[in-house]
Amino acid sequence: MSGSRSNICLKLSMKTKETTQFQDLESLLTAQFEQHSERIAEGDTPAMKSLRMKHFEAFKAVGFPDSSHEKWRFTDIESALNQDFCHELSASRSDRNIEELFRCEVHNFRSEIISVLNGWYHSENGPLFTNEDGVIYGSVKAAKIAYPELFDARYGHLAHGTANSFVNLNTAMVQDGVFIYVPKGVEASRTLQIIKMIDRDENVFVQNRQLIILEEGSKLSLMHCDDSINHHTSLVNTVTEVFVGKNAHFELYKLQNLNDASGLINNTFISQEAGSNVRTNTLTFNCGMIRNNIEVALNGPGAHADVLGLYLMDKQQHVDNQIRILHNAAHCTSNELFKGILDDEATAVFNGYIYVKRDAQKTNAYQNNKNILLKPTARINTMPFLEIYADDVKCSHGATIGQLDQEAMFYLRSRGISQSNARLLLMYAFAADVINMINIEGLKSRIDDMVKKRLRGELSVCEKCVLHCGTPEKEYHFDIDLSKL
Amino acid sequence: MLLNIKNLHVEIDGKEIIKGLNLGVNQGEVHAIMGPNGTGKSTLAAAITGREGYEITAGEIWFKGTNIVDMEPDERANLGIFLSFQYPVEIPGVSMTNFMRTAINAKREYQGLPPVPAGEFLKMMEEKKNLVEIHSKLTNRSVNEGFSGGEKKRNEIFQMAMLEPSLAILDETDSGLDIDALKVVAKGVNQLKSGENAFVIITHYQRLLDYIVPDFVHVLFDGKIVKTGGKNLALELEAKGYEWIKEQHLFEA
Ligand SMILES: Nc1ncnc2c1ncn2[C@@H]1O[C@H](COP(=O)(O)OP(=O)(O)OP(=O)(O)O)[C@@H](O)[C@H]1O
Ligand SMILES: [Mg+2]
Repeated sequence: MSGSRSNICLKLSMKTKETTQFQDLESLLTAQFEQHSERIAEGDTPAMKSLRMKHFEAFKAVGFPDSSHEKWRFTDIESALNQDFCHELSASRSDRNIEELFRCEVHNFRSEIISVLNGWYHSENGPLFTNEDGVIYGSVKAAKIAYPELFDARYGHLAHGTANSFVNLNTAMVQDGVFIYVPKGVEASRTLQIIKMIDRDENVFVQNRQLIILEEGSKLSLMHCDDSINHHTSLVNTVTEVFVGKNAHFELYKLQNLNDASGLINNTFISQEAGSNVRTNTLTFNCGMIRNNIEVALNGPGAHADVLGLYLMDKQQHVDNQIRILHNAAHCTSNELFKGILDDEATAVFNGYIYVKRDAQKTNAYQNNKNILLKPTARINTMPFLEIYADDVKCSHGATIGQLDQEAMFYLRSRGISQSNARLLLMYAFAADVINMINIEGLKSRIDDMVKKRLRGELSVCEKCVLHCGTPEKEYHFDIDLSKL
Repeated sequence: MLLNIKNLHVEIDGKEIIKGLNLGVNQGEVHAIMGPNGTGKSTLAAAITGREGYEITAGEIWFKGTNIVDMEPDERANLGIFLSFQYPVEIPGVSMTNFMRTAINAKREYQGLPPVPAGEFLKMMEEKKNLVEIHSKLTNRSVNEGFSGGEKKRNEIFQMAMLEPSLAILDETDSGLDIDALKVVAKGVNQLKSGENAFVIITHYQRLLDYIVPDFVHVLFDGKIVKTGGKNLALELEAKGYEWIKEQHLFEA
């Protein structure tokens, strides 16, 4: 531990030998907050400061969940937390060439890159920037000082409950992240791409935050990539709040591709005003443990949300999708489709909750979760949950769990197609309806390639893909057995 | 001999369905296999193409000089065996084009050839589509998905035309077809027919054999070929049914 302002990393070691007392991560984090709260809250408005305190107290009181918690029954969060971590109090420095790290060359897909290293905003354009279209983006650190009223009116207003320990912890301890503001009527011509890289020689526990505001009639498509480029364990706890104004259009593509030793807890809250249109597509390619808490609140009449996801897991990976769609206003529609392919001992959870408020008449809500288990050792736990208080609504839900269609396998093979290619064709066909919902052509074909590569077990060797932006000394080993496909 | 089946025994779930069947097919020949429902015609086709669950407990299947009983279905296909399915399978999400390109390239790889150039492939698709009078729309769709019964059968013949097998087994490709479609299927077969390849046509009706004239007609009954004749046997079966054959067979047994 160092007192200097640069690159402070506080070790959170649970296996401290010097003390006889076993220290848990919870009390280590609490102690760290108490000791460094001033630095952590630097630049906060008074309202943000009290928000921090409120969430800190809630975290302190309840702590981390364990498997006895109803919402964490099927996800082993304890193992993910039971590690020695380093928790940074100031921005990371990397020995690698940062520009090189985040360089992205995607054919036919022009995006504007916002880079985040170990949770800290990093950009050539400085901490706050207005692009050609008039979209303002920058670090949360800088934005809260530049736009205090905006932060007071929005920040923490969607992620407001104190029931979620990880939101509590994040709100209490987070120091940086990405801020995006799309002014009224502004249509972003290029996709913004947040690339979050984890690169540290020690295990790192990251808190990271996004505040995204789309004013009335604006338009933004955002790609959000979570990626790790080494083998170290990381645990990323991210909170994203998105305010989608009247008649605004928002697309969010989340690409999750971390190493097997890492965990990602993604809390995304989206609120929609009247006539707005939102599409989220959560594409989970690789990670030891992922928890996606996605909440979409349809707060104004005529709003529509497509909430989509695709997860392709193998080995002992685990993905847990907790999706909440809140129909708070009449005449709104939502379409939820999550598809997954699980190999080996991979496990997944899908929990789809649809809430229809008393006066939310003419609601149309559709939910579907489809799974293919390639091995008997893979497991999926899927649960729909509908809570409907209006009477004039159309709601449907469905879940399927199956294997690859053996009739189709034989049909393909009887035409000379090898078993591995037949499997690929069928798996790809299964994934296609989620991929086809990607609106940006260049991105779609790129993701299409990535899915094919992932299904072949080749994704990690991709050189210039949207995730792996060419580091000179590559260390991508994801240990996927090629012979299996 | 192109195909030589010797004393074949096939079980499904431990139940013997094919019970010592012999069949020899030379290049340039057309064989028709007829017989009552449930006597093992499709089972024979499945055993020749290597379908899982059809256990060969005894006997041999020689094709182009190799006993293929332990070969994977895709290898048999690449060696030149094709089955037109009695019930073609719908595969949502796999486009006909992608499917056919993958199949053609698999065959080419097996033959040590590079993948087919895109232009050549499209030309080939066009040509074969015309042969079986398939509208281009079908090939933009997923394999057999939402195809009518007749369209599915036409699609089987289209695939056969694309893959140019040395042995094509047509399992009731004629059932459910209207007379025009029947002629299209027959035209497809007759155009492909050469001195190099052979056809095994499984059918219940004489009418397809009016258009594709068989060199031999076999009657399959109770897992064995119990009678073999020329094309006139089909006419005889059409007129008299199977009772007399059954009686004859049971009497001999
Ligand atoms: N998958 C299976 N499991 C159990 N029995 C089967 C299976 N497939 C076929 N059989 C049985 O094997 C026997 C032969 O069936 P097969 O389909 O080969 O008959 P077929 O001669 O083609 O009849 P059809 O003229 O009706 O098409 C039948 O008794 C059938 O019930
Ligand atoms: Mg049959």
